[in-house]
Amino acid sequence: MTLQEWLRVAHADAQRRGLPDLKPLLEALAQATAALREAEFEREDDDAGGVTTSGDPHD
Amino acid sequence: MTDLTIQEAAGRLAAGDIRSVDLTRQCLERIAARDKELNAFIAVRGDRALADAEDADREMAAGRYRGSLHGIPVSLKDLIDVEGMPTTAASRVRAHHVASEDSPIAAALKRAGAVIIGKCNLHEFAFGTTSEDSAYGPVRNPYDASRSPGGSSGGSGAAVAAGMCLGSVGTDTGGSIRIPAAACGIVGLKPGKGELSCAGVVPLSWTLDNVGPMTRSVTDAWLMYRVMRNSSGATREPSARRVPERRESSDTLEPRTVRGLRLAVLGGYFAELLENGVRDRFEQATETLRAAGAELTHIQLPHAHLVPASYVHLVLGEAAAYHASTLDTAFDRYTRAVALRLSMGRYILAEDYVRAHRGSAALRAHVDEALTRCEALVLPTLPITPPRIGATTVDFGSRTEPLRNAMLRLTQPFNLTGHPAISLPCGGAVPPGDTKPLPVGFQIVGRRGGTIELLRVAKAIEEIL
Repeated sequence: MTLQEWLRVAHADAQRRGLPDLKPLLEALAQATAALREAEFEREDDDAGGVTTSGDPHD
Repeated sequence: MTDLTIQEAAGRLAAGDIRSVDLTRQCLERIAARDKELNAFIAVRGDRALADAEDADREMAAGRYRGSLHGIPVSLKDLIDVEGMPTTAASRVRAHHVASEDSPIAAALKRAGAVIIGKCNLHEFAFGTTSEDSAYGPVRNPYDASRSPGGSSGGSGAAVAAGMCLGSVGTDTGGSIRIPAAACGIVGLKPGKGELSCAGVVPLSWTLDNVGPMTRSVTDAWLMYRVMRNSSGATREPSARRVPERRESSDTLEPRTVRGLRLAVLGGYFAELLENGVRDRFEQATETLRAAGAELTHIQLPHAHLVPASYVHLVLGEAAAYHASTLDTAFDRYTRAVALRLSMGRYILAEDYVRAHRGSAALRAHVDEALTRCEALVLPTLPITPPRIGATTVDFGSRTEPLRNAMLRLTQPFNLTGHPAISLPCGGAVPPGDTKPLPVGFQIVGRRGGTIELLRVAKAIEEIL
């Protein structure tokens, strides 16, 4: 299910339940979900690198 | 006497210089004097606490000393079962609940001879960071009653800071021990995941929940932690003769030496959004540690920016699973804000919940790796000074954040990873637009399986700060 489809269904369900004030919360949740789906944890070594260390706080 | 640490009071009780009944009575008097304003307690066990204190005094006078918590007045967040008392979770949903037995944590405290003085107010179902949304009204910060004590264990933080008890037990799913500890100027320990029993504790997220002590010193946190760590034997018969802790004969937590202590300051995501006064105070603290001989490096963790997204999918999904039936049958008995957040969790897809677990695992590996290069990670606990009650956003200058997101930002990563973490008071900072300084917290994160070592590091840092 794409995020757009999910959000449309969620909005409609919230409306049906009489909870229109869920709409902005669901939109914020959709942003978090999008960030999670874009992350590729299985390729973390290639994409993100490891922990970076520096002795200088301004690095 | 109510401002004594547990360690100090235990020494005086054991020596017969003070009596538990007097100490307990003074705590009750402090509650009577201040709790109308602070609203830290949902239930106070006045007569029962005094009776328990008299029993403790009799046992100690007879030479049956149970250890450092014997005769010490403590409280528990009202999310934790104590036999015969309601566990309200600060919600009207549980208005008629009465616990049929002690949680293992309460049982361990009782076996150790602690005097349970009452149950503390919290953010409803532990699902918030300010302790405002409670069926029993908002908790207020002892340093400034117009401000939040943090949450969700806000009543515990306020009670310990205001001298209503000498220690309290909180729970921490995204920072709910460490945040109020920072906001109230006390110590709060989130042990490593699974170290202390969560049985008999109303859950928020089975994956992220932890129980831990809130106290006035690191040694006190250790004293409570080591008693509660024995909670797996909750069904054992109480015994005044049993030594409740393997090393109970030693009441000294040996600190690490600060000279040569390797500490890593977390940068990037962890330093992006800080109130100026908090940033200044934290930097002063790290400079003090460097001057004392600590070796400081600065590190960045990959995937840290995904912490909030991973966290929200786990906590919302699991909280919705627990609350599903009552959301259907008693929606209006929740506070509106909590009911809406719980309802959001019913829309989490399984695939995204799994992704959040994968995100946690990736972050856990990075924190483990970072901790191979140092003894502990350090960062502020709370990026802001305690917010005014009613505030919903924080202006960081560069951007405005929802208050809840801002308050969880620096603590929730270590619920995802399961590492032990502790917040220590490190002076104060003046909130924007105010004139009076308020407490700031200094957070230390230790290796998994290394809570005692974390406490030793924390004690060394406490002595320097």
